Amino acid sequence: MDFGFKISPSSAINLDNVDTVKFEQLHDMEPDVYKCMACGSCTSTCPANRFSGMSMRKVILALQRGKEKDVVSMMRNCMLCGKCTMVCPRGINTRHLILSICRIYREDGK
Amino acid sequence: MIYQGKQKIWADYQKEIPDDHWFYVRSCIRQNFFPGAEKMFLEICRGLLKKDFYETEHHTTCGGIAYHCDTIPQETVMTIVARQFALMTEAGYENYVASCITSFGNYIEILETWKEFPELEAKIRELLWKACKREFNKPKYVAHASDLIYKYRNEIAARAKFRLVNRHTGEPLRAVEHIGCHYAKMFPSRSIGGAEYPYVLSGMIEAWGGNVIDYPERRHCCGYGFRQYHVKANRGYSISNTYKKFESMEPYHPDFILTNCPGCPYFMDRWQYVIAETEGKTYGENGYGIPVLTYEELASLVLGYDPWDIGLQLHQVAVEPLLDKLGIEYDPSAKYKGLNRKDIMRPELPGVLRCC
Repeated sequence: MDFGFKISPSSAINLDNVDTVKFEQLHDMEPDVYKCMACGSCTSTCPANRFSGMSMRKVILALQRGKEKDVVSMMRNCMLCGKCTMVCPRGINTRHLILSICRIYREDGK
Repeated sequence: MIYQGKQKIWADYQKEIPDDHWFYVRSCIRQNFFPGAEKMFLEICRGLLKKDFYETEHHTTCGGIAYHCDTIPQETVMTIVARQFALMTEAGYENYVASCITSFGNYIEILETWKEFPELEAKIRELLWKACKREFNKPKYVAHASDLIYKYRNEIAARAKFRLVNRHTGEPLRAVEHIGCHYAKMFPSRSIGGAEYPYVLSGMIEAWGGNVIDYPERRHCCGYGFRQYHVKANRGYSISNTYKKFESMEPYHPDFILTNCPGCPYFMDRWQYVIAETEGKTYGENGYGIPVLTYEELASLVLGYDPWDIGLQLHQVAVEPLLDKLGIEYDPSAKYKGLNRKDIMRPELPGVLRCC
């Protein structure tokens, strides 16, 4: 039956099953990652967002939820321009955070 | 789940609730969705427990729906609420109890705002006087109706004719509780149990013999969220939220869902039909859905009221499998008889979701 709207695939998360080792490693390197309040200022100013879907807000949320694959593919589109760092109301050095994420979460999963 | 840890957190958020003398305000929408719920609340509190509950036909909406849909400013909502408080003051009451979760959140938000900005309260008093020549005292205590059923839960348990126990297996029924977002997420200290582990419904289930089931998306929104549903283009987002909750609770095989919000039981009940029609999926046993009850309906069931007198025939998901587990006798032929045995007509049966 067509109701005029569709159901998205379930994005249910069981945090008990999420491996947080890498995120803890990231937190050790970048303690500010816990400061993010997901306001989305970084995403709205990101020049790569419009054509690639790169979103720093989504990256931080996805890492906390154990969705590393989504992050790695998104990271490829970052141009390291640093605009997100300039607008972050919490003063997080997002550019440096991105570099640390790239070091820890490698594409080959190693 | 570390149960002892949760008990400690719950203990930090206990509140002293006055025992008697309440001014009761109804919800805008609950009487349409679950027509027996508010009636049974008053029946239990007044008739059974002999408490003093006053209500007046002069009260209106609290304005919460329009406020959360961004169609009226907060000053307008405050003036509407000030009028409700004026009705309470005129009736000689100081304790205010709301049937609706959004109203409850709205009242708390307004009282907190007035505490922080007294000049705004003075402005609202002036607006109310200009509008209808009324004055008001602020309530000494604002509660949600589920707080009171929680408070009376042991008295209800003492009078209960049925326990939340599966009569076929002798095991406690597996219950999932869902708390409305505006109950504790905005002002956790005004709730029982805080925002992360609110105890208000869990306490009822435990007192009446059931077993509360924890599941990953337990605190996720039901999907209603006002603008998510009222704007038609957003309805896919609304149902996707509900779908996510059901997918998350499915492996735990709950026997029923208990709620304390006007929107949550409605959407978790009706969206099961839409999910069944679009995805072909049902979450209960043998093609049925998972029954969704309000706390008043559950209290009425354990107290032995007739399921059709408390309006359970108006649920989309059939409650008969739950009634069978509880051992409650019911007359299937009387399901679609309303007040005074008036025929309220049989609904068309869905294609996928089994309803009788």
